[in-house]
Amino acid sequence: MKKKAQLELRTSPHAHAGQDVVQIMRNVVWATVPIAGFAVWQYGLSVLALLLTAVLSCLLSERLFNRLGLEPSTLGDWSASITGILLALTLPPGFPLWMTAVAGIIAIAMGKALFGGLGMNPLNPALVGRAFVQAAFPVAITTWTPSLFNGRFTSFIPTTLTAPFQRPPAITEWVQGVAVDSFAGATPLALMKFEHAATPVTDLILGATAGSTGESALVILVCGLYLAFRRMLDWRIPVSIMAATAFLSWAYQLIEPTAPGPLFMLCSGGLMLGAWFMASDMVGSPVTPLGVVIYGLLIGFITVAVRLFGGLNEGVMYAILLGNAATPLIDQWTQPRVFGADGRRKQA
Amino acid sequence: MGMNKSDDVTWDSFAEGLWRENPVFVMLLGMCPVLAVTNSAINALAMGLATTFVLMASGLLISLMRHLIPKQVRIAAFIVIIATFVTVVDYSIQAISLDLYNALGAFIQLIVVNCIILGRAEAYASKRRPALALISALGMGAGFTFALLCLGVVREILGAGALFGFDLFGANFEPWVVMVLPPGGFIILGAWLLLFDWRKHRTQLRSLQEERGRAG
Amino acid sequence: MKGQDAQAPATPALKMLIVLGGIAMLSGFLVVLVDQLTKPIIEANQQRAIERAVFKVVPGATLRRNYLVTPEGVHPAGDVGSGNGITVYGGYDDQGRLKGIAVNGAGMGYAGLVYLLYGYDPDCACIRRFEVLKMTETPGLGDKIISDAGFQANFIGPDGLSARLNGAGTALENAILTVKHGSKQHPWEIDAISGATITSKAVGKALNQSAQNLLPLLAPHLEQLKRIDIAPAESPTNGKGE
Repeated sequence: MKKKAQLELRTSPHAHAGQDVVQIMRNVVWATVPIAGFAVWQYGLSVLALLLTAVLSCLLSERLFNRLGLEPSTLGDWSASITGILLALTLPPGFPLWMTAVAGIIAIAMGKALFGGLGMNPLNPALVGRAFVQAAFPVAITTWTPSLFNGRFTSFIPTTLTAPFQRPPAITEWVQGVAVDSFAGATPLALMKFEHAATPVTDLILGATAGSTGESALVILVCGLYLAFRRMLDWRIPVSIMAATAFLSWAYQLIEPTAPGPLFMLCSGGLMLGAWFMASDMVGSPVTPLGVVIYGLLIGFITVAVRLFGGLNEGVMYAILLGNAATPLIDQWTQPRVFGADGRRKQA
Repeated sequence: MGMNKSDDVTWDSFAEGLWRENPVFVMLLGMCPVLAVTNSAINALAMGLATTFVLMASGLLISLMRHLIPKQVRIAAFIVIIATFVTVVDYSIQAISLDLYNALGAFIQLIVVNCIILGRAEAYASKRRPALALISALGMGAGFTFALLCLGVVREILGAGALFGFDLFGANFEPWVVMVLPPGGFIILGAWLLLFDWRKHRTQLRSLQEERGRAG
Repeated sequence: MKGQDAQAPATPALKMLIVLGGIAMLSGFLVVLVDQLTKPIIEANQQRAIERAVFKVVPGATLRRNYLVTPEGVHPAGDVGSGNGITVYGGYDDQGRLKGIAVNGAGMGYAGLVYLLYGYDPDCACIRRFEVLKMTETPGLGDKIISDAGFQANFIGPDGLSARLNGAGTALENAILTVKHGSKQHPWEIDAISGATITSKAVGKALNQSAQNLLPLLAPHLEQLKRIDIAPAESPTNGKGE
């Protein structure tokens, strides 16, 4: 039952776009459904369990911290669900479920609750969770499985159901049993970095390669564009990240012809998911139009630098976390001039 | 001089450093060894005991010489005394176990710049009777060791599945590598601080409510 | 006392000197005392640590002799490295026969230098074991070079890891090389650990660099190292090799 319209007296702003947090968050969840669905089709039951575990652990920790903080439940704003889905999409398909739960708890606890909940988190919670398990379980998080293997809807990847606190079993034999053709066991970025072997771009676009759960560039691009057209995310962020990545890898290829080209860089690894769904998180990104572009360029630059010159073969996660961390500074630099004030920027 | 506190040796002169003024969890001093050498319980214990020894020995000597040392050169004198005992500890650990010495690395020598020791020398030992200085240094050292052990135990259990080198969970345990790396130190220190602060906060809240209940 | 200090003239410089000097002397006395007491124990500890590592990389060895290898020749040496030359440790069995030579090496890994001690077996001209002395590689990934059975198999097989000199004796016939996991074809190649390629390469680099430097100098003098005389007092159980 709706209350009767009341006379609302408050300070400006009085006009707004008619969007609120819950509405945006709900739309982001809808936009990730095709990506998650595609991943389930690729990897089967294991990824379904992975998604459920990640979302459930995020929701439960969110509720727990609500209780500890004596606050009303914030499960209804969908933000914890998004964290869970995005977290699952960045993990390897066969990632043990107990480690996934650890990642979910850390994501909400250290990424969000510690700073005061939604809107206060300086870093993207899902990436905080992933960064933690990357540092804690370096072997499990670089154990890749082939996609579209036989029997994926009837059985789990052996590592998925590892008992809590136990080491996941070796899957080399299992991979040889199910893989359609020879499976390298390394991601396209790792193959490129350590063996200078290129992966066909069509495979990358469809995500038919070894990699994290949500890496099919085409599906992510479509879903991201949907959000951009609904004005649910700032299109400048993904566009500037992709522009910086493409330009830098193109320029470097001129110097070093064996280096990977722009299309490979854009479509491989977590770049698409990171650019469209993680870097564009409203809390961790700058608010000024110029700041947003600087932020995007910075992330693209760090990604390319890590991929080309770093010890790791993938740098999107750290690039976005560093971009998040630089956001307050970028915001301060790019404050617009107060109307009527003289000088470039007057500090209060 | 310093007459605000009783000059008698009481339980509190020891317990103060252990809990109410714990050098790590309350005063946040000496963070360098706290973060660096607590990747296992045995390292934490060794570091804590070494620091306790330096605290007690330097505290005792400084307290004995408190009327001799001119004010103008007291810091220089304190540092020389502290450095001496650090060197003594350094040699002793090398003699006891080279493995332990290699695990603790440069942090043994760095005890000399641990601000707890100079701080206690300046603020306490140089103004009290030897017995008081000794007891208080023991309390502070115990508090420091306790804090190091808090970190070391958690980090070793999660990071290696062991406690004091004894396997706890069998061969199939998957270690949380991050816990024995530097970030693990920061995370666990933060978690302990959070826990102690939360407890303190809750006790205060409860006593406030009780007072209000009595008033109302 | 505070009140006195504020009003009384500054403490005379002489008193400060005497007090500081006194403290310094006391400190010096304490440090020297402890140094004297612990020195023999510390030296014994260090010797034991070296010995343990040498006996581990030279199977069958129970005695140790140190040598300094220089372009001029090979000389017996003490435990402390003496400038120009490479210190190596000869491992002997209780009859005084050379079982192998332990050598230090270092290579750049993922997180810093990986320091090794490896055992060179002159009979098969190969490397049979290695021991990590110090490294800062990621636990769980890089430190697999110690625990990974497949990686250790590069060295433990009947022929070890080949480190044969070329005909002229100026360098290794085939440089020791770390290859991608699963693609080892020659006895001088090291099969890398998948997922720890950088650390595996560090081992290869360390072994290759050290062997290339040392073996051409050592080879002409190997015969003189083959046997040693054992002093009667030097029983294998408590022998210090000095």
